[in-house]
Amino acid sequence: MAMAALRREGRRVLLSTPSPAAAMAVRSPAVSQPEIAPLGARSISTQIVRNRMKSVKNIQKITKAMKMVAASKLRAVQIRTENSRGLWQPFTALLGDTPSVDVKKNVIVAITSDKGLCGGINSTSVKVSKALHKLTSGPEKESKYVILGEKGKVQLIRDSKKSIELTVSELQKNPINYTQIAVLADDILKNVEFDALRVVFNKFQSVISFKPTVTTILSPEVMEKESESSGKVGDLDSYEIEGGETKSEILQNLTEFQFSCVMYNGALENACSELGARMSAMDSSSRNAGDMLDRLTLTYNRTRQASITTELTEIISGASALEG
Amino acid sequence: MLRHAAHRLASRAAVAGRRALSTAGVPAQAAEDSAFVEAWKKVAPNIEAPKTPMTLMQPRPPTPAAIPTKLTINFVLPYKSEIANKEVDMVIVPATTGQMGVLPGHVSTIAELKPGVLSVHEGNDVTKYFVSSGFAFVHANSIADIVAVEAVPLDQIDPSLVQKGLTEFTAKLGSASTDLEKAEAQIGVDVHSALNAALTG
Repeated sequence: MAMAALRREGRRVLLSTPSPAAAMAVRSPAVSQPEIAPLGARSISTQIVRNRMKSVKNIQKITKAMKMVAASKLRAVQIRTENSRGLWQPFTALLGDTPSVDVKKNVIVAITSDKGLCGGINSTSVKVSKALHKLTSGPEKESKYVILGEKGKVQLIRDSKKSIELTVSELQKNPINYTQIAVLADDILKNVEFDALRVVFNKFQSVISFKPTVTTILSPEVMEKESESSGKVGDLDSYEIEGGETKSEILQNLTEFQFSCVMYNGALENACSELGARMSAMDSSSRNAGDMLDRLTLTYNRTRQASITTELTEIISGASALEG
Repeated sequence: MLRHAAHRLASRAAVAGRRALSTAGVPAQAAEDSAFVEAWKKVAPNIEAPKTPMTLMQPRPPTPAAIPTKLTINFVLPYKSEIANKEVDMVIVPATTGQMGVLPGHVSTIAELKPGVLSVHEGNDVTKYFVSSGFAFVHANSIADIVAVEAVPLDQIDPSLVQKGLTEFTAKLGSASTDLEKAEAQIGVDVHSALNAALTG
């Protein structure tokens, strides 16, 4: 009874005239943990910390789930990527690779992802593409972009809007297969003029390591010129062309086929890298959430104990004041 | 329980990583294009130069002085490497100019393929595949690369379906109006007749 009266007294004191001392007392725990006491509360409330803990726990669950999803998708895509690795090797064995070729019209095909939360792989691809753009632009040369994937588009549209020739999104709506890529390659080849195509993607080395890679594909005319002048394109001339049509037609078909094969492998490798990067990003995010949760739990316990102590102190001091 | 799941995931990821490392772990060949790396360093000194295909694949052996006894073939499809670095006696590819036999020491050739039968001869074994289309490269060092869009072993083809497809596409060819439809129907007819010939021949 006495305690109830005291408690009511205490409340009235707090509400009516928060004296500077009382305000300081209220504010000092508030300084270390702001918003600890919502206005009108009788003692320090743990509600806010509890809310934060709940939301952090939810975030941890979500990121853990995203990591598991990425891991399971990665297993499937990784098998297909490894199987497709043999596809571009015959072309490189035949035609060699000439990234330092000097041509007038360069087209940079950047393969990026549509979804985010996948670490830094899209930024790396965009950085490499921009550096290639700088490398291949010059007084008489020009360089254009063809972008596959939303994330690359968003980043490149900011400063290179004029150089973007074509953008493609929703590449991974259905699992990547060769037919889809072949149609896409056909589209690009029809609509974009090029002397050299540079396909930029992230090659999947392992679950934690992705290396930006660039594959150069020359148009048939440039290829003929290069094979005549230097030895880099190999001894293309020494190869007999089996086919009814002219050499240039066969070379044209060869270029188109090479482009679609390289793009297929590139898209698969990039998808693998995206999933691997997402796995590690989500993993570090759930670990961070776990750390945050630990810290919040400590805060929560401290707040709870402080409020109990405060209540007890009030009661005891009130009781001892009564006794005299 | 969560710890177990995390441990299982880590081990699975490690296995996956180990698997990937074993296949992607081709030692970096020194066949880098140094001009490219130099130019890159000038333009973007803080970013590491991207890798190029030459550094990522095993270099091919040089042309030997004498003609080797066996032909090494690589037969790749988009979704798998059907044959990788296998030594055989002969391979017959369906080039657009007809069936072309490739023996060790064949002159370097680039051949475009048409729908037809690819047969690999190893001793007394003959493996036949029906190939949709693609390219075949024969190099001077007796290595043949065959890149095809689609290939099936002959015993997996259903003759009744082939007949049905053939009649269907011939009908479509007859009733086609636009050039695109005609081209598509013609391709269908070509592929199905080749399938037919493959099964019977």
